[in-house]
This record gives sequence, C-alpha cells and structure tokens, in this order.
Amino acid sequence: MKCQHCNVAEATIHVKEVKNDKVSELHLCEKCAREKGYHSLVEKGKLSIASQLVWMAENLYPEGTARMGTVRCADCGLKYSEFMKTGRLGCPSCYREFSAQLKQILRRVHGAVRHVGKAPGQEGVQFERRREIQRLHEELERAIEREEYEKAARLRDRIRAVEASASPEGEPVDEAARTPEAPQE
Amino acid sequence: MGLPISEMLSTEGKWFGRLGDAADSILSTRVRLARNLKGMRFPGRALEEELSGVIHRVENAAVAIPELEGRPLVQMAGLPVLQRQFLLERHLISYDLASNAGHCGLIFAADESVSVMINEEDHLRIQSLRSGFHLDECFAAASRLDEQLESSLEYAFSDDFGYLTACPTNVGTGLRASVLVHLPALVLTRKIKKVLAGVSQVGLAVRGFYGEGTDVLGNFFQISNQITLGEKESQALLNLERVVRQLLDYESKARDMLLKDAGRQIRDKVMRALGVFSHAYLLSTEEAIGLASAIRLGLTLEMPGLPPVEMINEILLCSQPAHLQLMAEHEMSSEERNAARAELIRERLSHHAAA
Ligand SMILES: [Zn+2]
Ligand SMILES: [Zn+2]
Repeated sequence: MKCQHCNVAEATIHVKEVKNDKVSELHLCEKCAREKGYHSLVEKGKLSIASQLVWMAENLYPEGTARMGTVRCADCGLKYSEFMKTGRLGCPSCYREFSAQLKQILRRVHGAVRHVGKAPGQEGVQFERRREIQRLHEELERAIEREEYEKAARLRDRIRAVEASASPEGEPVDEAARTPEAPQE
Repeated sequence: MGLPISEMLSTEGKWFGRLGDAADSILSTRVRLARNLKGMRFPGRALEEELSGVIHRVENAAVAIPELEGRPLVQMAGLPVLQRQFLLERHLISYDLASNAGHCGLIFAADESVSVMINEEDHLRIQSLRSGFHLDECFAAASRLDEQLESSLEYAFSDDFGYLTACPTNVGTGLRASVLVHLPALVLTRKIKKVLAGVSQVGLAVRGFYGEGTDVLGNFFQISNQITLGEKESQALLNLERVVRQLLDYESKARDMLLKDAGRQIRDKVMRALGVFSHAYLLSTEEAIGLASAIRLGLTLEMPGLPPVEMINEILLCSQPAHLQLMAEHEMSSEERNAARAELIRERLSHHAAA
C-alpha cells in the first residue's frame, strides 16, 4: 500500500483518525507520519514487509533481484516483482515457488522460518510429534553421511518409538498421507 | 442476505455490554486468525467466480456450527455505505472490507463475540471479541471456531510455514491478538512516548487513535503481537499479556503520582467532563471520546457518582455516526448527528442517575 500523503513511499504507519465526525484510517510512510506529527507511532518500521523487501533488494540480491523479479509462481502466475511491489502473495504455492527468498524475509520479519503451534486436523501434540520425527530424520541422514552407524541405529529406534506413540493403536504412521501441502509436492 | 439491523441496534446480550477483567483500563480484547483454503488463490489474485465459491463454501461450513447456525451471511456487494460504516464501527469488519465492493462477506454470532470475514486479504479472518482483558478466552473462542470450520474446509498449510497467508507478516499461526488499553495518566504525565517506545522494541505493535491535530484521542492505544512464525500461539499471548500488565502497572503508578501532585485538578477535570457529557446539546465524536476518557479516568480513581464503565463503552459504541443514523432511520448532517449524539448520551445518563 502506498502512502496516502505523498503517494510515493510504501505506507508503514497506520493511524485511525477522527475528522469531521468520521472515523477513517490513514496509511502513511514513516516520513509523512513524522511530518504530520504521529511521532509515537513512528517506530523503526523493522517489521514492515515493504521495508524488508526494499532492504533485500538493496542488500541481499543487488543484481539478482532483477533476474528474480521475472520468476513466476507456476500455479497462480504471480511474478516475484509483483510481490515486491505489493507485499502480497498470490496463492499458497507461492510459498513453495519463492521459498528461498521468502525465508530471508521471514527470518528478518519474524526472526524464524519454521512454524510452531497449531496445525490443521490434529491436536497440537501430534503436530509437535511429527515435527520431532522430522527432526530425527534429518539427524539420521546426517549420521549416515558421517558414517556414524551406531548413532544412526539409535536414531532409527527413537523414530520408531515416536511414530508408534503418534498413532493411538500403535499402527505405523503413513507419513505421506499425513503431511498436507508438503512443499515438495 | 441483508444486515439484521434492528437486532443489532438492540444492545441486549452483546459482548460489549458485559463487564470484563481490568475493564476500567482495558476496553476490549480481540483475537483474529487468518486462514486460507487449500489450492485456492488468495482473494487479491482470485477471479470473481473463485471468490463467490469461497463465500459459498464458508457459508456451508458455518451451517454446522452452533454459534453461526441460521445466521445471515452478509454479502458486502450491494450493502449501502451507511451499513458498511456501521459494521466498521462495530469492529465486525476491517476498513479494507468496508471499502471493498467485490465478492466478500461477513458472518457473525448473535452476540457478535465471534465472526468470520470472508475474502478480505485472506479467505477467512476468524475473529473473537471480549470486553476487558481476556486473551486466553478470546483465543479459545477463535480457535474453537477455527476447528469447527476446519472440519468441513481444508486449509492451506505447510509444515514449514504453517498457515499460509497472503501477506508473509501473518504466515505461521495467522494470529493477531490485540488489546485496547486506556492510559490517560501516562499521557497526562507525559510518560507515554517513552513507555510505548519500549513496547515496540519487544516486537509488539502500537496503534494510537488520533483526533485532529496531534493529540491522542481518548488516550486509547491498541497493543498487538507482530510475530506469527516460530512462536507458538500460547507464547505470543503470554508475551502480550505480560507487556499489557506492565503497562497497567506503569499507568497505576502514573495515576498515584497525578493524585499526589494534582489530585484536586484531576477530580475537577473528571467531574467537569461528566457535567458536559450529561448535559450538552451538541457533541462531536471527538469531544465525546475525550469526555468519556476523562470519566474512565475518574472510575479508575474510584470517584463516586460516575456511570459504570460498561455503560460508557456502550455509549461510545452507539453514538458513532452510522449508529446514530441507522437508529434514526435517516441520513443526518454533521450538526444533526452531534445533536442526536448528545441526546442519546443525556438520555442514557439520566436513566443511570435515576436508577
Ligand atoms: Zn509519504
Ligand atoms: Zn502463487
């Protein structure tokens, strides 16, 4: 969203205002907000998506941004450059298509790139368990790579145990069927 | 379907008529969850038929949910401007939805404590509202509605990024929890800037509610979480709760200081505000908010003879421009509204005084 005052910069400050008996929302850039006197609202703007995108373009991929800009999401056709402009993605698949760039942005905006918390179709506990299995699998792969076979065997047992506890009847868990929206689909 | 306006204008049994925890300093608590449907383009990029398809699916899902069963799905397209503004004033829709003429809608419980905006920035924005300070309760209500909807809708979710949202600032939990706090003593003692700067440093957002000029209107501030990825819902709620409690603590210290240094002036300010509030014949929204803020301050100082806080809240809500015009059943000029507002306030307060 562009600043309503200068129409140039991206709006990062959002203000509710009552004027002539009407409540309206103002969307301003940091500079205009400061000029209009909304000082206490002008923070670093460090969490705004727009400023992150600009930061990335300038610092992370100075020449890569132009090339990346023409990349499109295979599902919805959104160009990365359009996302850079609006800060809005086009569809769930955009997260997969632009995953590498998004991770950089997410790390700066949220300080993390991995979801924890609620997930559909299961209690939080089950989600945590699945995450644990995933983590163990990664560790297992690393152990095999380093030829640490004893450790690998221990990890495999641990994975089996966690998987068994994940399903109420102790049936083996069909990972593929239980993973909705896997990014590599 | 149209808006059940007469039902809504009767404030009986609505969430805002209830008295919540810490209600003298906290106006309301709000939780929203952003959700999208699997395999569907986000509203900003979807075609019209996709959007109406989303509305249809949410409508069907809502039928099975006790709180929403039989409730009308309000289509924003074709809804008169005044009714849109009414919903905005009622905190049921966002500014974006109010100005959207396309395929978007709203469905809400009879007591207005839970609602779902459809095709705003995301397919679903599940919202829960409470008076006072009730983060856990609010989250539980939104989360329950989320699970009920999910039993017939499939959400866009990835194990890595969580709930996928149109804007990456919401991805993960899709949770935005916010608390509307009233901090008059911190404003009066000029400590507010420093305190709020501290809040934004711990990753929470502050929004002020401004009048003309630069004065903070009514001394209300909205504090909300910003981080949605890599932090559990419970943790985000806990962080917010801690910070708000800290603000209340600062506010209470500032209040003690005010009373010590300028007790007489403060009491005078409160009672003058009550005088104008209960006897004026013309009141603008801004003035009414300012006066209500002073009366609220008096309530926190436990001054006698003031109307209860839930009444002040209700008056502020119902005396907004679209509310007044829908109650009067005709459009009004600014001066007519100011007269109607003053009349409504006089009437409610005289009932209180008589009771
Ligand atoms: Zn500007
Ligand atoms: Zn896409």
